[in-house]
Amino acid sequence: MVLDMILALPLLGGAGFVAWRNQAAGWIAVAVNGVALALGVWVAIRAVGNAPLSGAEGLLRADALSAFMVVVIGTIALLASWIGVRTMAVEVAGGRCTPRRATTYGVLVQAFVAAMLLAVLAANVGVLWVAVEATTIITVFLVGHRRTRGALEASWKYLVICSVGIALAFFGTVLVYLCALHAGGHSASALDWTSLMARARHLDPSVLRLGFALIVLGYGTKVGLVPLHSWLPDAHSQAPAPVSALMSGVLLTVAFYAILRFKAVTDAALGPGFSRTLLVVVALASLAVAASLLLTQRDYKRMLAYHSIEHMGLIALGAAAGIPLAIAGVLLHIFGHGLAKSVLFLTSGEIMAAEGTSRIDGVHALLARRPTLGGVFGIGLVALLGLPPFSLFSSELLMARAEFQAGLGWAAVVALVAMVVIFVAVVGHARHMLLGAPSTPETLAPPPAWVATPLVMGLIACGLIGIFAWPLSGLLEAAAHVVTP
Amino acid sequence: MSSAYSSTLTLAAGAVLICAVVVLWVTSTRSMLIVVATQGTALGCVAMTLGVHVGDAGLIATAAVELAVKGLAIPVLIDRAAGGALDRERRPLVNVPASLVASAALIVLAFTAARGVATFVGATSGALVPVGVATLLVGFLVLVSRRRPIFQMVGLLLVDNGIALVAFLCTAGVPFLIEVGVSLDVLLAVVVLMVLAQRLRSEFGDLDLDELRELHD
Repeated sequence: MVLDMILALPLLGGAGFVAWRNQAAGWIAVAVNGVALALGVWVAIRAVGNAPLSGAEGLLRADALSAFMVVVIGTIALLASWIGVRTMAVEVAGGRCTPRRATTYGVLVQAFVAAMLLAVLAANVGVLWVAVEATTIITVFLVGHRRTRGALEASWKYLVICSVGIALAFFGTVLVYLCALHAGGHSASALDWTSLMARARHLDPSVLRLGFALIVLGYGTKVGLVPLHSWLPDAHSQAPAPVSALMSGVLLTVAFYAILRFKAVTDAALGPGFSRTLLVVVALASLAVAASLLLTQRDYKRMLAYHSIEHMGLIALGAAAGIPLAIAGVLLHIFGHGLAKSVLFLTSGEIMAAEGTSRIDGVHALLARRPTLGGVFGIGLVALLGLPPFSLFSSELLMARAEFQAGLGWAAVVALVAMVVIFVAVVGHARHMLLGAPSTPETLAPPPAWVATPLVMGLIACGLIGIFAWPLSGLLEAAAHVVTP
Repeated sequence: MSSAYSSTLTLAAGAVLICAVVVLWVTSTRSMLIVVATQGTALGCVAMTLGVHVGDAGLIATAAVELAVKGLAIPVLIDRAAGGALDRERRPLVNVPASLVASAALIVLAFTAARGVATFVGATSGALVPVGVATLLVGFLVLVSRRRPIFQMVGLLLVDNGIALVAFLCTAGVPFLIEVGVSLDVLLAVVVLMVLAQRLRSEFGDLDLDELRELHD
């Protein structure tokens, strides 16, 4: 029942945009997303040490891992819909967007959130696929919201590349289904994740191997892993800031959640060796691509997008290690990255609205000229680069420790080298944007407090999780045990 | 009975692949639409034949959905997205004769690569699995070698139809509920592509996709 409500609430918020075509609808959406988050937290507390909840006649299921993902999605959705009120108000006031399109935007964002929630709550991996594909279709219009040439090009690329990727993931799912049927599964329930886990030992190894490889390639497209990552920087840089925040902060990791679920099945059937090799290869390739393209980046939204590819590589490497400690690190990293990256994208939207450019060399002396925005952006980058006290530091440490324990120490060292390169590149770009003396003395109005507050709160949350893991540690441990033997 | 079943199945599955190769051969949008509609119908026939053979009501319903969506709705939508009869592929990145040779190589590749799955499934339907994989690979070739938005849409459809064919042959289709979700997603994706193609045309005029160069590093 509570799971049905969690799914219905964002849709209710979407309906609000149709009913009241004004700013109040935006605040209603924020409120319902807040309630959905609160319900998610309740489910998460209950999921530790209890049997999984189910809903919608067994179609929905929430174990600790699903509950954790619901909390992550809820948190980022709350942040993004809050700033979304501001983004749309500015766009409508500036004449760049008609009220009608602002309504469409609101409805689509809420539908997007609901589709992600469905993906992580689905009991059946077929439904999971349908939900992930639905997120692609919904977000295409959000990426193209600004209707510029760049936005059009990005949305076309995004839809074509992600549709191909997700089609491959469907192919993989079909092969897994084939194995499950041959292992004695009943056609209606064979794709339920619990029944796949129960039959894992009887699945045909060679077909499953092919299936899992296609799933990593297919869902990996949506995660932004090499080789099908090229849509990501375009889509993330062209979308309105709250959409970039949702896409980068959670959509990527929702797709990774799908890989984690299938990885658990594959590991139970084939042992950890196969999935480990596959994930190490895509992880290191992603890190290498991110590092080399970050060095020469000239656009700060694209810089953030490539930074996502780096973090997805780190997460994939952590998952490759596969032991419970590693998965706990991966999940903590998913949350920390989601918070830091969405705050940064939301701030970059404000910076872009204020400065009128997304080029790195078009922005300078931000700390002196716009202390609030510059400060949040700078601290966000510190968090994202994995410096203490933020949670990305603890999760990267956790993952690295686990990788050494699992015999992947060499990969952890390679990852560290890539991270150092990225660190130097990003610090160089950030120095140009943030430091320096303003060329002309000017007084600029800071963003209103109701805009700055959620951004600062996001960073504080990211810091608090890093310092005190206590509200999460039980949940992380339980969630990690769901997908590890 | 059994031989009628296997020859119908082989014929319909073969038609799916032949349509994919014909897409490489045609350059005008109008004739391509006929090919797409034929392929969708052939795919529906595969599902229908299997459904009748095993007497599965869910699969017959799936076949009806498939016929309606891929045989009728999607071709009509693509027709509306096309910029009239003038829209044709003038300068594909790989020309037509070379594409056809490449498709032959891809078909051989598909038969080699899918042998494991084919023997695992067994029977007539198993033997046809490589046909689905070949359709998928030809779809990729269309995607990377054609430069008109409409042709890329069709490339995606070929990929999708190839996978749907494999799904029908391997497992007699995924469960009905999921199949409806999948068909709906495909239909919506085509609608979205159609809207985007229209916007692209009104923004850029008559364009080839590799002329899109706004975004780069």
